Amino acid sequence: MIGWKWDFTAEILPRLGLATLNTLMAAGGGYAVALVLGLIFALAQRTPFRPLTVVTREVVEFIRSTPLLLQIFFIYYVGPQFGIRLSPWTAGLMAIGLHYAAYLSEVYRGGIEGVPKGQWEAARAINLSTVQTYRRIVIPQALPPALAGIGNYLVGIFKDTPMLSVIGVAELMHAANSIGAEHYRYLEPYTMVGLIFLAISLPTAWLVRRFETAVRRKLGLIK
Amino acid sequence: MTDDMSRYPLTLEGDDAPMVRFQNVTKKYGDLTVLDRLDLDVGAGEMVTIIGPSGSGKTTVLRMLMTLETIDSGVIYVDGEPLTHMERNGRLVRANAAHMRRMRSKIGMCFQHFNLFPHMTALGNCMEGPVQVLGMSKKEAEERALELLDMVGMAEKRDQHPARLSGGQQQRVAIARALAMRPKVMLFDEVTSALDPEVISEVTGVIRALVDQHNLTMLMVTHQMGFAREISDRVCFFFDGSIEEQGTPEMLFDSPEKERTQQFLSAVLEAN
Repeated sequence: MIGWKWDFTAEILPRLGLATLNTLMAAGGGYAVALVLGLIFALAQRTPFRPLTVVTREVVEFIRSTPLLLQIFFIYYVGPQFGIRLSPWTAGLMAIGLHYAAYLSEVYRGGIEGVPKGQWEAARAINLSTVQTYRRIVIPQALPPALAGIGNYLVGIFKDTPMLSVIGVAELMHAANSIGAEHYRYLEPYTMVGLIFLAISLPTAWLVRRFETAVRRKLGLIK
Repeated sequence: MTDDMSRYPLTLEGDDAPMVRFQNVTKKYGDLTVLDRLDLDVGAGEMVTIIGPSGSGKTTVLRMLMTLETIDSGVIYVDGEPLTHMERNGRLVRANAAHMRRMRSKIGMCFQHFNLFPHMTALGNCMEGPVQVLGMSKKEAEERALELLDMVGMAEKRDQHPARLSGGQQQRVAIARALAMRPKVMLFDEVTSALDPEVISEVTGVIRALVDQHNLTMLMVTHQMGFAREISDRVCFFFDGSIEEQGTPEMLFDSPEKERTQQFLSAVLEAN
């Protein structure tokens, strides 16, 4: 029983390959949700309308303080009790998107708050509207320092997709579990899953850093 | 705030109407009164300099006029119309965002720390407002921006980002950026305070040229008494949130009447 079986590895590889596509879709989809929702959370906390600010703040705090796994279960299993029936994919993307939106909103917020007050004042002095000020002045300056954090969460969300296996999303972890259960062998499937994650995470992290530098250069923030 | 709004006129009319009027303006931060019932008129084309110790409310005057600060009572008028208020059914009410935005277009401001947009070139900084706010075409805005950069001696550096420019150069670009919006009133808030001594004259030279060649109304807060004396039509000495004494530069610097003015000026002269 002990010992690596290459033929078994080769046999399960196509199945793991397909599951990898699902993992990438889950990560990409969840990330897209998180990027947009996170910006909404961040901007909502900056409106002059107090109740909205307070509620958003509390929601973000709540999401950040409870486990992702619980949130996945909650949306998938508790939802139907209130008439909200979601497929594993929809529930999964919602949960993971919402979870990472909370974290990303903090990264955005940090970036926006890092833009000096003088920039807002100069924007007002040339009479830019609030929307123009965000779009033309604040976001372009808030983004580069936030990019490292934003990119790290891309890798983070990717590594958290295995949690979706608990509600039956057929991603990598789910596939590896099934293979293991069918063949009573876990060494190869789990090892391969680990290697696939590594093979995607490392280049992604590297690309994120490259992208950050490129953006900074394009905006003239580094020489 | 019990402020009887009926005592403030809806508009300022007549040939002698000032370009800027502060009428009974009070500004507080919590318990601290920064400006106490300030009355100040600045005539069209006049250059008025505000001097005084720190914390006397000098900068606040400019910031209120740029609508960077709200006021607690009183009314500020610009170019005959209320800035902080607007007319509704024959009486003045607090200005809404649209009114302030319209009025703000009459005012330009330069800051102590320049506040250029770091992600834009010198030219981009000067085109941003004209293109985004005034709706000028890029070509037209660029021509105008280049003219102004040339005027402040920065045309050669048009494609440089602020990080590549010295403080004096950045401030000159900032002046061009403000002028590109064609304001009627220019505000200079300690524009030379953050500069190395050897480049101060670059900036004062530009302001001097503006005073000589353009009919702009200007308000300047400065610690440079020599420059204030040379360039101002009128100098106001602020103390503790109000104008302690004002007059022509000769009157204020050569024969100040108030004791506080004398103390301040002798302290400043000693420091120099």
